Amino acid sequence: MTDVYLGGKFVGTVDEPQKFVDYLKEQRRTGLLSREVNVYHNVEVAEVNVEAFKGRVRRPLIIVKDGVPLLTEEHIRRLQKNELSWSDLVKQGVIEYLDAAEEENAYVAFFEEELTKENTHLEIAPLAMFGLTTSLVPFTNYNSAQKVNTGSKNQKQALGFYAANYAVRMDMDVNLLHYPQNPVVKSLMHDIVEYGKHPSGQNLIVAVMSYKGYNMEDAIVINKGSIERGLGRGSYYRPMIAEELRYSGGLVDEISIPDKEVKGYKSEHDYRFLEEDGIIYPEAMVAEGDVVIGKTSPPRFLSGMEQYSLSSETRRESSVAMQHGEEGIVDTVILTENAEGNKLIQVKLRDNRTPEVGDKFTSRHGQKGVVGLIVPHADMPFTASGIVPDIIFSPHGIPTRMTMAHLIELVAGKAGALAGRYVDGSVFSSESEKDIRKELLSLGFRDNGVETMYDGETGEAFKVRIYVGSMYYLRLKHMVANKIHSRARGPIQLLTRQPTEGRAKEGGLRLGEMEKDTFVAHGASMLLKERFDSDKTTVPVCNNCGLIAVYDEYKKRSYCMVCPESDAGFVEISYSFKLILDEFKNLCIYPKLKLVNKY
Amino acid sequence: MADAFKDYLHIPKSFLLKVKENTPESKLKSVLKALDEEYSEMKVVPGESVGLVAAESLGEPSTQMTLNTFHFAGVAEMNITMGLPRIIEVLDGRKNLTTPMMDIYLNKPYSQGQEIKKIALSIKETRLQDVATEISINLSDSRVEVTVDESRLAEIGMTKQGLVTALKGEVKGLSVDLRKDFISFKVKNKEESVNNIFKMKEKIKAIVVKGIKGISQVLPVKRGNEFIIITAGSNLKKILLLPFVDTTRTISNNIFEIEDVLGIEAARQAAIDEVYKVIENQGLNVDIRHLMLVADVMCNSGKVRGITRYGTVKEKVSVLARASFETPIRHLIDASLYGETDNLKSVVENVMLNQPVPVGTGMLKLVTKPEEKKAK
Repeated sequence: MTDVYLGGKFVGTVDEPQKFVDYLKEQRRTGLLSREVNVYHNVEVAEVNVEAFKGRVRRPLIIVKDGVPLLTEEHIRRLQKNELSWSDLVKQGVIEYLDAAEEENAYVAFFEEELTKENTHLEIAPLAMFGLTTSLVPFTNYNSAQKVNTGSKNQKQALGFYAANYAVRMDMDVNLLHYPQNPVVKSLMHDIVEYGKHPSGQNLIVAVMSYKGYNMEDAIVINKGSIERGLGRGSYYRPMIAEELRYSGGLVDEISIPDKEVKGYKSEHDYRFLEEDGIIYPEAMVAEGDVVIGKTSPPRFLSGMEQYSLSSETRRESSVAMQHGEEGIVDTVILTENAEGNKLIQVKLRDNRTPEVGDKFTSRHGQKGVVGLIVPHADMPFTASGIVPDIIFSPHGIPTRMTMAHLIELVAGKAGALAGRYVDGSVFSSESEKDIRKELLSLGFRDNGVETMYDGETGEAFKVRIYVGSMYYLRLKHMVANKIHSRARGPIQLLTRQPTEGRAKEGGLRLGEMEKDTFVAHGASMLLKERFDSDKTTVPVCNNCGLIAVYDEYKKRSYCMVCPESDAGFVEISYSFKLILDEFKNLCIYPKLKLVNKY
Repeated sequence: MADAFKDYLHIPKSFLLKVKENTPESKLKSVLKALDEEYSEMKVVPGESVGLVAAESLGEPSTQMTLNTFHFAGVAEMNITMGLPRIIEVLDGRKNLTTPMMDIYLNKPYSQGQEIKKIALSIKETRLQDVATEISINLSDSRVEVTVDESRLAEIGMTKQGLVTALKGEVKGLSVDLRKDFISFKVKNKEESVNNIFKMKEKIKAIVVKGIKGISQVLPVKRGNEFIIITAGSNLKKILLLPFVDTTRTISNNIFEIEDVLGIEAARQAAIDEVYKVIENQGLNVDIRHLMLVADVMCNSGKVRGITRYGTVKEKVSVLARASFETPIRHLIDASLYGETDNLKSVVENVMLNQPVPVGTGMLKLVTKPEEKKAK
C-alpha cells in the first residue's frame, strides 16, 4: 500500500503505485490531465507525490519508449519547414516537462547513441541542462564548476548593446559598449538568442605572459593603441528628473531659472547653462555643481503674513544639480507630463568611459581582472608576423582556478579568426580540441598555440614562446570613475559632528574598532587620539554639579544652568561623549563629571 | 655557583642553569652578559598592551580556522568538537561541553595491554534500558516491570541476580524483586498515582547498572608504547578512584571538572592545553604566552570564569568599559543605582572621551617643574 499526496496533502492510498503513476503520466501525455502536473514515486518511503503547485522549476525532455525517442526525423523535417512548433510537440506528447522531483524517477540518456531499453527520456541538447547565461560560456564542460558559475554571472555585468532603441529610452544607470562584436567562439545558445543582435564583448588578441609585474594578482595589461582603436570604449547614461509638483492650497513648483531672491540661491555661475525655460540645452558640458533643471518650490510651512505675499522671497530653491564628482554631457532633454498631468522634465546625461587603470575586464570563464597598466602600442610585445596583443593576461591565474576552457577558447578563437569562421563551443558537443589544433597547424601556426614573441622595448626575442590567441573579452560595469573617493576635510553629521559616511556624501573613511586596536597595541596613544579628533569639542563643566555648563560668547563668561553661582572649568572631549551624557540624562541617570587637574 | 653569577641573579634560575657548567671563567662573563641582554630583550616593556596583543594574536588566526576544519571520515574515531567552536567553548567557560572526553592512562601491567578491553568495558556505563528488552507499566499492581535480555547481560559480565543487587543499591524507596520473567519495581508501603509511575519508569530506565556514570563510549588505543583508554563523556572524580588508573596523567577535557577535582592551577593549565591543542591541530602558530595570559585572566579569582558578560567582563572596574561591551543599559542603570564612579583608568573609556589611552606613550605624564625664582 502506497500513500498518495496531492500538493503535499494526503488524499488516499493505492495498491499498485507503479501502475497508478504510469496511468497518470499517460493521461498527462494525451492531454486529459494538465501538462503542468508532475508525479513522483518515492519507492523508499512508499509515497506518490502529485504536484501541480506554482513555482516548481521544470525542464523539457524528449520522451523515450522502448529505447526509441518519440521525436522522429519526420518531426524535425516538419519543424524545419515551420509546419510544426514547439508547443505542438508538447501537445503531441513528444516532449514533456519534468520537475526536480519527477526527474528522480526518470532515466535520461545524454545522446541518442547512448539510448538503452531502460531509458525513459532523452536530453534535447546537453545545453538544456544549463541556464541561459551559463550556456553562453564556451567549452563549459572543461571548466571547474565554480568558475562556470562566476563566468556566467560576469556576463550579466558586461557592457554591451542592450537595446537598439537606447537613444529614446530613459533607463537608470546605462552602460553602452561602442563597438560590440559577435564572439568567434560561440555556443548553440548564441544562435538561439540571436546574440549577434545584442552582443556585449569584443574579440581581443590575448597573450598569456607576465609583464613587468603590472599584471600580477589578476591584473591585466592593455595596449594603449587598442584603446585608441575602440577597445572597451563605452558610454554611461544617467537620467535626471524634475517634476512640477502640486501642493495643497494651490501652490505649485515652478521650473524656471530661480530668482535671486529665492531662499538657497546658489550662484549665477551655477545656473549659466539654463535656457529661458529653466532647462539645460542638449550637448552642454556640465560638471560638479552645475544646475541641470532650475526649479523653485513653495515654502514648507506657511505662517502669518507669508500666506498673502507669495513673493519669490519666500520660495525655496529645489533645482536638480550635478552631484559631487559627477560630470558629463547633456544627451537628450524631454519635456512631457506624468500620469497626474504634472509637468515632467527628463534630462539624459552622457559620459564617455574610456578604459583606464582600475577598470574591470573579464573573459567568459570567471577570469576577471583589473587593468594594471596601459602600455603604448610601440612598447607591447609582438609576434613574428607582427601581431601585437590587446591584452596581456597573467598565467598565474590558471593553475588554482582550473579554467581549462579559458585556454581552449584562446586557441579556438585563434583558429576561428585565422580561418574566418565561427567555432562551436557548446557544452559537451563542442568541436574537439584535437581538430582545432589540426586546423591551426594547417593554417601555418603551431598547433599548441604558442608563438615566438619579441620584447616591444628592446626588440629581443623572449626566451620562451608565448601562448597567444584570440578571445572574447567583456568589459564589466564596475569602473573606477564611479568608485574613486578620498577626503581630507568635508561635511559632518549634524547629530554627532562626526564625518558623513559614503562616497556620495563625500564621507570619511572609517577607522573602526579593530583598526583602533592596532594603534593601542602599538602603544601609539597620541596618534590614536589625533585620529579620533574629528569631533572634538571644548565644553565648560560646572565645578559644583558636574553637568555641562553654558558658555556665553557675548559676555565671555561661562555659567551653569543648574547652579548659576558656581563657575565652570573647560575640558576637551569628543562631541559624541557629550551626546552620550545627554542620553544618560534621558535615562534618568545623572552623569556627574568630577574635574581634576591633569598634573 | 661561580662568583660571576652573582650579578645576574635577577635572571630566572632555569635560564642560568642552562649555562654549561664547565664554561671557563673568562668566557663565563661574556656569556652571562649576552644572556642578560637577551633576557631583557625578551621582557615585556611597561605599558605594553599585552591583553590586546593576546586578543589579536588569537583572534586573527581563528578567522582563518573556520573554513579549514578537518574531519576524520570513516575512521573508528569519535566525533570531537575541534576548531573554532571548541576554542569558543573553552574561552566562554561553558559548563556543558558538546563533546566531553577523557584520556585515561593506566598503571602497569594494564598499560601494556593486559585485559585492556575488559577494563575499558567495565568503565563504560550501562543503563538498565540497554539490557532490557521491555519496560512496561503494570497499572493494576501499580508497578514497573522490566524484562531483561540475558545475552546482553552476559556480554557485560553480569547475572540476573547480580543485576538485582546492583539495582537495589541504586534505587531508594523502591522495592526490587526478581520474578520469574521480569524484575519488578514497586513503591514501598503506599499506592502511587499513575503520573508518578510514569515518572518512575523514566527514572528506572536511566539507572546505571554497571560502569561509571557519564562514560558513554570507550575506545582503547595505543599511544606511544602504552595503551590508554579514550572515552566519550567524562567523570574525572570517579575515574580517579579506580585502582588501575594512573592518577597522575589521566585527564578530562572539562575544565570545570578539573577545577573541582584538581584545583584552579590545574584548571588554568587545562584551559591552556585545550586551546593550544586546537591551534596546533590547525597548523597555526600562536605563542603560548598569549594563551597563558588569557587563562590567567580566566582563573585569577580562584574560580574559572569565561570571557563573557557574566564572567570576566562583569568584573571590570570601569562602568563605561562594561557598558561598551554588550547590554549597556543594564550596566548603566546598575551603576547609577549604586552611584559608581568611573576613574577613566583603562583604554575603552579614554577612547570614548577622546583622551590619550593609558598605554604605551600615553601612560607617562611628564611634568616640568618651573625653576623657582631666586630671591635676590
